[in-house]
Amino acid sequence: MNLPVAAPAGAESARLSPGLAGVQPESVKGQDALRDAQRWQLVATLKGRCVVPGVVEAEALVTRDPISGWGGVDPRTGTVVETRHELRGQCFTGKVLVFPGAKGSSGWSAQFHVARVMGTGPAAWLFNQMTTKMALGAVVSHAPAMTDFDVDPLTVIQTGDWVRVDATHGIVTVTRALK
Amino acid sequence: MRLSAEEKAMRDGLQGDAVAKAMDLLIRYGEALGADDLVETRNVCGTVTATTPFMRDFALKQGGEAGGLDAVFSEFNLDTTDVVQVPKVRAFSSHLQLGFDPHHPAEMGVTEQMVQFYKKSEAMAARMGVQMMNTCTPYQVGNVPTRGEHLAWMESSAVVFANSVLGARTNTEGRESTSSAMLTCRIPNWGYHLDEPRLATVGIELDMPVASVEDWGLLGYWMGDWVQDRVAVIHAPNGFGAAPNLPRLKHFGAAASSSGGVELFHLVGVTPEANTLAQATGGRSLKEVRHFGARERRETFERINAFGVDRDVDYVMLGCPHYTIEQIWEAAQLIEGRKVHSNSALWIFTPRSIKALADRNGYTQIIEAAGGKIMTDSCSAMSRAVPPGTKVVALDSAKQAHYLPAILGVQAWFGTTAQCIDAACTGRWSSP
Repeated sequence: MNLPVAAPAGAESARLSPGLAGVQPESVKGQDALRDAQRWQLVATLKGRCVVPGVVEAEALVTRDPISGWGGVDPRTGTVVETRHELRGQCFTGKVLVFPGAKGSSGWSAQFHVARVMGTGPAAWLFNQMTTKMALGAVVSHAPAMTDFDVDPLTVIQTGDWVRVDATHGIVTVTRALK
Repeated sequence: MRLSAEEKAMRDGLQGDAVAKAMDLLIRYGEALGADDLVETRNVCGTVTATTPFMRDFALKQGGEAGGLDAVFSEFNLDTTDVVQVPKVRAFSSHLQLGFDPHHPAEMGVTEQMVQFYKKSEAMAARMGVQMMNTCTPYQVGNVPTRGEHLAWMESSAVVFANSVLGARTNTEGRESTSSAMLTCRIPNWGYHLDEPRLATVGIELDMPVASVEDWGLLGYWMGDWVQDRVAVIHAPNGFGAAPNLPRLKHFGAAASSSGGVELFHLVGVTPEANTLAQATGGRSLKEVRHFGARERRETFERINAFGVDRDVDYVMLGCPHYTIEQIWEAAQLIEGRKVHSNSALWIFTPRSIKALADRNGYTQIIEAAGGKIMTDSCSAMSRAVPPGTKVVALDSAKQAHYLPAILGVQAWFGTTAQCIDAACTGRWSSP
């Protein structure tokens, strides 16, 4: 099993609660303690189905637009290039990508496969709609992936949130920096 | 996921390392989908050759020519970093279109070095037993599935044609799953392999006849945009107009799988799982029904043509999906005795074996005498290749009109084949 651990590009990782990764999500109830100690607030804990096992923590990148592979992303830079996409020009490398699902050509998996080999792929996938493109793309990306959530992640997770994805146990822990 | 004894044996390496890696990929993929088991398939369409500089560099880095190609196949087709020796395929396997036409490297903007690397890769694929059809339309050149046949196909326009027009059963597969299916004759038994997901849940009532390739392209583009990846049944109370034949349904499905994710549709009285409306829906009521008439057609036409501004046309591309011999015949008749304008260009894409027929029929000569070119293996969207300096293109394919402005930043006009040939010969887009 492959357990990629992605570090965000910025200094956020340095400020990440060292305890969060070690805390069992079920026991993360002391929101105040977390907030005081780490200046991060627990926003939500989601349960879902494991698509690709693994555990990773990273910053969230959220979109309500489905994502195209071939013709939609550039694996050389790890960015969305599709015209009229709300993430156009944004980089998904090392991010927890939160989105409805895959759309477009059958070259979807191959694009994200190349992205993984080039080191530009996302850290994890959280999505709502299962398709063959999505499943195969997640599998060959080797990044933890989940779907079939008890709560729609698009209603809970915001871009910039710090998210722990434990796909192996089907648990997502969402924290947000206090202003 | 349940596995048969034979599948377990494949997983455990009793049929060699490559088959074991292929089965491992299919198990991971099937479990990701939530499939109960695998289904046997003897008909696979995929892509196993290497055409990008990235893959060439990857092969070179892995040391040596033959070893390098095995490494490319192991990583990009079987998703394993262990380099396995690639065996012959077990399933009847057809190769899809490529990133360029190796017969026209100058037009495609690829180096002779890239072509030589591709040729090694093609030779390897042929040694594996893959049919080098090199087309997005394998159903035109010797791979015509029958009703109920389980397939593992990629290429969205081929998938929707096989499912809908031929009644075969496939999901939209990808590079890794098709390669694994070639070696194991298995694919996850999920989605359109099952009965229930094949039933229509939404309906379209035609208020006007739909006859030409252009009409079908517009209907498909409108339908995909609305239904996304749901299954629609289309009912024509006054008939479909001209017979919905191969070129029309080819363009229809390709358009619908571009604006949406349509992998299956039903036409009442035409396609094999829709002898009646009740058969297409499984006797259940539709969740929603919409009408397609003059207004919907006009609005779709305007939307596809939204990227057209300048009327000086630099380039006309035909053959998305790859042209049929009937369409090449039509193009030859339209252009015979005329000349492609000095400021414009005409490229037509078709499978190699249909090009051979066009050569024999004299159509290639007619089109080349007019200044046009017939190419194979690829298209402008796949190759990102257009004549130098192209800013404005004219197309008879809604799918290509959907992709080219996004991929190349060009303006696109969409219309009939005759309008496109006129644009090539006058250098102007003249339709309203």
